[in-house]
Amino acid sequence: MDVLIGQLATGLSLGSILLLAALGLSLTFGQMGVINMAHGEFIMAGCYTAYVVQQIVSSAGVSLLISLVVGFVVGGAMGALLEVTLIQRMYDRPLDTLLVTFGVGLILQQVARDIFGAPAVNVVAPTWLSGGVEILGAVVPKTRIFILVLAVVCVAALATVLKVSPMGRRIRAVVQNRDLAETSGISSRKTDITTFFIGSGLAAVAGVALTLIGSTSPTIGQSYLIDAFLVVVVGGLGQIKGTVIAAFTLGFLNSFIEYSTTASLAKVIVFVIIVIFLQVRPQGLFTVRTRSLV
Amino acid sequence: MRLPRRSSLKRSAIAAGSVVAATSLLLSGCGSKATESDSANAASCVDTSAPTIKVGALNSLSGTMAISEVTVRHAIDLAVEQINAAGGVLGKQIQLVGEDGASEPTVFAEKAQKLISSDCVAAVFGGWTSSSRKAMLPVFEGANALLYYPVQYEGLESSKNIFYTGATTNQQIVPALDYLKEKGIKSLYLVGSDYVFPQTANRIIKAYAAANGIEIKGEDYTPLGSTDFSTIVNKVRGSNAGAVFNTLNGDSNVAFFKEYTNAGLTPQKMPVVSVSIAEEEVTGIGAKNIEGQLTAWNYYQTVDNPVNKAFVKAYKDKYGQDKPTSDPMEAAYVSVYLWKNTVEKAKSFDVKAIQDNCGGVTFDAPEGLVTIDGENHHITKTARIGEIHPDGLIYTIWQSQGPIKPDPYLKTYPWAAGLSS
Repeated sequence: MDVLIGQLATGLSLGSILLLAALGLSLTFGQMGVINMAHGEFIMAGCYTAYVVQQIVSSAGVSLLISLVVGFVVGGAMGALLEVTLIQRMYDRPLDTLLVTFGVGLILQQVARDIFGAPAVNVVAPTWLSGGVEILGAVVPKTRIFILVLAVVCVAALATVLKVSPMGRRIRAVVQNRDLAETSGISSRKTDITTFFIGSGLAAVAGVALTLIGSTSPTIGQSYLIDAFLVVVVGGLGQIKGTVIAAFTLGFLNSFIEYSTTASLAKVIVFVIIVIFLQVRPQGLFTVRTRSLV
Repeated sequence: MRLPRRSSLKRSAIAAGSVVAATSLLLSGCGSKATESDSANAASCVDTSAPTIKVGALNSLSGTMAISEVTVRHAIDLAVEQINAAGGVLGKQIQLVGEDGASEPTVFAEKAQKLISSDCVAAVFGGWTSSSRKAMLPVFEGANALLYYPVQYEGLESSKNIFYTGATTNQQIVPALDYLKEKGIKSLYLVGSDYVFPQTANRIIKAYAAANGIEIKGEDYTPLGSTDFSTIVNKVRGSNAGAVFNTLNGDSNVAFFKEYTNAGLTPQKMPVVSVSIAEEEVTGIGAKNIEGQLTAWNYYQTVDNPVNKAFVKAYKDKYGQDKPTSDPMEAAYVSVYLWKNTVEKAKSFDVKAIQDNCGGVTFDAPEGLVTIDGENHHITKTARIGEIHPDGLIYTIWQSQGPIKPDPYLKTYPWAAGLSS
């Protein structure tokens, strides 16, 4: 019984981590169709933001909360800069975007290595997040509960912004029909930059949170990039709801398969399941019904 | 050791192909030539008439392994600097040619070839992962050149063209198991990264366990770079094993120990013995998450002798007071001195002369006296079990009686019969 609870908690937690890592990507890749290989490096930027903030603010709890905000701005600014300088010039050339952003990712990794050194740095978790909570015999680390809560908050915030704010309406309008949106007086340039800002900012927020459970090193973004793409592709482009469901499905699948087999085999089996799933449903779980979306 | 790039982008086999192409383009440069086929070109081009002698340093300064290998390069630089300041080798100043292996075995092979045939170095120092060593081995054997490899590894190898200055299994893993057995540990859980070293190490551990009545409660591997350990920690927690034997590599350790500590597991309840965590890694994991856990190495910064004190001081003066020294760094530092001592014994930089004269060459190393074994080209090493303290340093709590003779094929251990085949 406690094993079942433990694995349910693990699946939930893994799902929330995948969700956090993929949420930003569901905007930039899912909504805008940009294959941004530097997304992982925005996560990494968030990790290092947490580290830098902690060097300035010594209280781990306060610095974590500040980092979440600062990280969003730092990641967002980097994303907006990338959009303005490079990506906007190649919206019609997805393959070029892929290569260019991959290169940008490598550059960012090296920059991090030059500034912070190659070895991993340590971000201290606040004391109120150390240890675990016992639920029916299984121990769930508090850091994982925090990440789950954060993921829920981020999804709720993003969904609200997209649904009710004028900015969100503009983003959706541009995603659904760029030309029509422009003729209605929406600046698609401004909207693109905003979307990219939010997407990249969310990646950095994920990075800040991931320092609680993982390492902070220049290559950390790479560990999450592929999983993030997986989640968005399985979830279907253009819908946050798909990303959420896909993240938790993959989380549960992975945790239960890993428990009964091994970590390596679980990865393989999950990939096989995804391949089969995409054969049956190439568009993913959900998709926006519109002709303009590629 | 790079993570396999399993691109899953929708409808983009081409895209994935491009990424792979881009990766190899970016990482391997353009001078890729077949390395195995160059064996005909075995004549050495080392220039021994100049007032300087060239040697190569080949470490990953980029990619996932840079995290560890940069410090090895620092140690090599330090040794070269010290030797030069003291008058060089056979009256010649050492000129170090540095190359970046980029964490990619194929790049290691290429750069090794370059160092040997176009830079004409007398010896090469470097390599970390077993895959990088295995990739370089045919290059060094083909060109009949010398590689000094400074990292503990899985054993079961011996080449006349490689000097192994890190521990082989009977100088690290076997003593660690002896220690656990002595402490009355009756069962083990094995956790490792999914590649050569952990798999081989665990085969040895299982053979030892079978012969010594230790129960293996479980064995788990995670893909390199894996960042989620909640399932494995759940399994470990449920197993009630006496101890965990950890062969995880790199960043995975950080995630593993954070998870382990937060799940309420402590060194008192279930100690973890790690063979790939040195002082550098402790900083990244956070001493709080790993304090009290055990490591098995041959050297710690805290080893108490005058030679080590001088080494630590020289290193910190050069690279910063906050930079710790660790086992692979020390082994790299030692390798340069062992090369120097062998050259001076042979009175020649010639590969054959070095091979013929290497047996019995000693160096008073920071870890204690080390001696080259002329048969298998490994060195004698003192095994040390260490405990990680809150200050981030590792303190010896047990050590072998004197240096242990290297036995890469574990021939002298009856329980290991059949492992090397």
